[in-house]
Amino acid sequence: MLIDFFLGLKQAGLPVSVKEYLMLCEAMQKGAVIFDNYGSVDEFYYLSRASLVKDETHFDRFDRAFAQYFKGVESLSSALDKAFKQELPEEWLRKLAERLLSDEEKAQVEALGGWEKLMETLKERLAEQKERHQGGSKWIGTAGTSPFGAYGYNPEGVRIGQDKSRNRRAVKVWDQREYKDYDDNAELGIRNIQLALRRLRKFARTGAEEELDMDGTIKATANNAGYLDLKLVPERHNNVKVLLFLDVGGSMDDYVHRCEELFSAAKTEFKHLEYFYFHNFIYESVWRNNRLRHSEKFSTLDVLNKYGNDYKVIFVGDATMSPYEILQPGGSVEHYNEEAGSVWLKRMTDFYRRSVWINPTAQEHWHWTASVRLTQELMGGRMHPLTAAGLETAMKALI
Amino acid sequence: MKFTGSDNYIATPDLMLAVNAAVTLQRPLLIKGEPGTGKTMLAEEVAESLGKKLIQWHIKSTTKAQQGLYEYDAVSRLRDSQLGEEKVKDIRNYIHQGMLWRAFDADEQVVLLIDEIDKADIEFPNDLLRELDRMEFYVYETRETVVAKHRPIIIITSNNEKELPDAFLRRCFFHYIRFPDRDVMQQIVDVHYPGLKKNLLKEALEVFFDIRELPGLKKKPSTSELLDWIKLLVAEDISPEALRSNDAASLIPPLYGALLKNEQDVHLFERLAFLSRARKN
Repeated sequence: MLIDFFLGLKQAGLPVSVKEYLMLCEAMQKGAVIFDNYGSVDEFYYLSRASLVKDETHFDRFDRAFAQYFKGVESLSSALDKAFKQELPEEWLRKLAERLLSDEEKAQVEALGGWEKLMETLKERLAEQKERHQGGSKWIGTAGTSPFGAYGYNPEGVRIGQDKSRNRRAVKVWDQREYKDYDDNAELGIRNIQLALRRLRKFARTGAEEELDMDGTIKATANNAGYLDLKLVPERHNNVKVLLFLDVGGSMDDYVHRCEELFSAAKTEFKHLEYFYFHNFIYESVWRNNRLRHSEKFSTLDVLNKYGNDYKVIFVGDATMSPYEILQPGGSVEHYNEEAGSVWLKRMTDFYRRSVWINPTAQEHWHWTASVRLTQELMGGRMHPLTAAGLETAMKALI
Repeated sequence: MKFTGSDNYIATPDLMLAVNAAVTLQRPLLIKGEPGTGKTMLAEEVAESLGKKLIQWHIKSTTKAQQGLYEYDAVSRLRDSQLGEEKVKDIRNYIHQGMLWRAFDADEQVVLLIDEIDKADIEFPNDLLRELDRMEFYVYETRETVVAKHRPIIIITSNNEKELPDAFLRRCFFHYIRFPDRDVMQQIVDVHYPGLKKNLLKEALEVFFDIRELPGLKKKPSTSELLDWIKLLVAEDISPEALRSNDAASLIPPLYGALLKNEQDVHLFERLAFLSRARKN
């Protein structure tokens, strides 16, 4: 029972385990949900969520997987569909149809029969469109003029009418996707960043510095029948060292705010944090203070010599430029560089054992830009988006 | 016996279901949510409405899992031995029960609250896996196994400061308390201040949600802060009109200190209020 549902969740990328699935089955057996009255799908939704999902950032993914699985179940009720048909203003549908369906399709729909069919097609259309939007086609920004109101091109938008239906509401809690904001693929604030960076905190006992172990001493002394027995432990400190390279090039202007957040979070998190700026790509020099970028330069070679290879390197940049700036000597837009950027980047990634590139542009767009693909290649695939989830994987790659 | 909220606690249907599922299956219930949304209060209300005793274990950054089970007071035993006391011969006299042991030992089922589990060391939840799963543990000093007489209802709260290990999560039911919407908020306030004037509440909620929607606030005011603020408004006898009025002096809501808790937020609010006034004039 419900094994397909369980597998569906697994497929949707939720970390569900057999133990939790059995817990859900047990709960149903013990009658935590009674299935004979209307509206119990709701209860089942809550119960399965409480037993299978343990992280609010996964709620949205769960909602979608749940809707996917139960789409068939709820459409059984034709009475509801009737109510639904009546409540959705016809005008909206017409406008929608004009906008989203071709003339041919419109004729087809009319021939095939009625609004219900049209709705289905619309839903498919909208679902498709959402995907395309993520892929970066031109749908972005057209939401303002669309008849969907605030919901824009979103698949939920078309369900505005449904939400108003009293009969319908009970069944469709998960369709409201109230937890979208908690999805960790969304953008992030300082706190999220700190949480992600915290993964890097590795308290290790290193060096000769020792401190008195109070508890250990008391215990040892007591065990020793009252004769003092001093115990020492090596001091603990966060020994993760980080070199942060930030792109301040023109194309980065859009991301300045988020990079600032990343930076301020990183600054409070690490004791050993060194940061440098670069423009578009790493060449023979970097700088510390953006205002004095032409007068106060640091040679990249010096950086390599000064900071040992136990430092972990994080590059932050959109890596969006002409490929020449990476591959050609003299390709830089600002100065004449004798060695190509790719040589310098390779030098750095070879020296530092752990390095990642964090890219603030949306991951979906990466493969459209040659220079991003190139950088990705040079980094050996260690390019991550500037989202909570992306930072998580980046930090994992650094450990 | 089902938990359905209480006279002074509004529970949403999904919360009720999570609580009841955890009670039926005798598994721990993990509660997360923004600070001030009533996580800790939930345990109190569950205990009261089910008519059970509540045992609270508040976790600090220094708390060890062992402390919840028992502690062996070697130091006082040592002292007693030097004074030649009689009770030193029995090690049991120096084993102090922790909260978990007390909950296991109770003669009837109790509600055990493990508050802010994320404050503790990262290994803390892992150290409690067996204890929470089997509801038993072993006392090395006396060589006995303590088994729960009645499996307690365990409610665990977390503020999300640390990630909890998967093995631990798999053993719990989980509920995330969302920030209440306007309707639920109205019910919550009604429950706490039944005699409140309707229009004062309406205006107060309006101001409150406006402030919450302000972009860039460091700390958004929460339910408990709203309740405090309303208490102050009632105590000071502020009229609903004063909350609504758009004249210059009162753009900042009265007694805002109950809602905005740090200087930057107050400044931000003042600046925005000033801007909106400039636009109106």
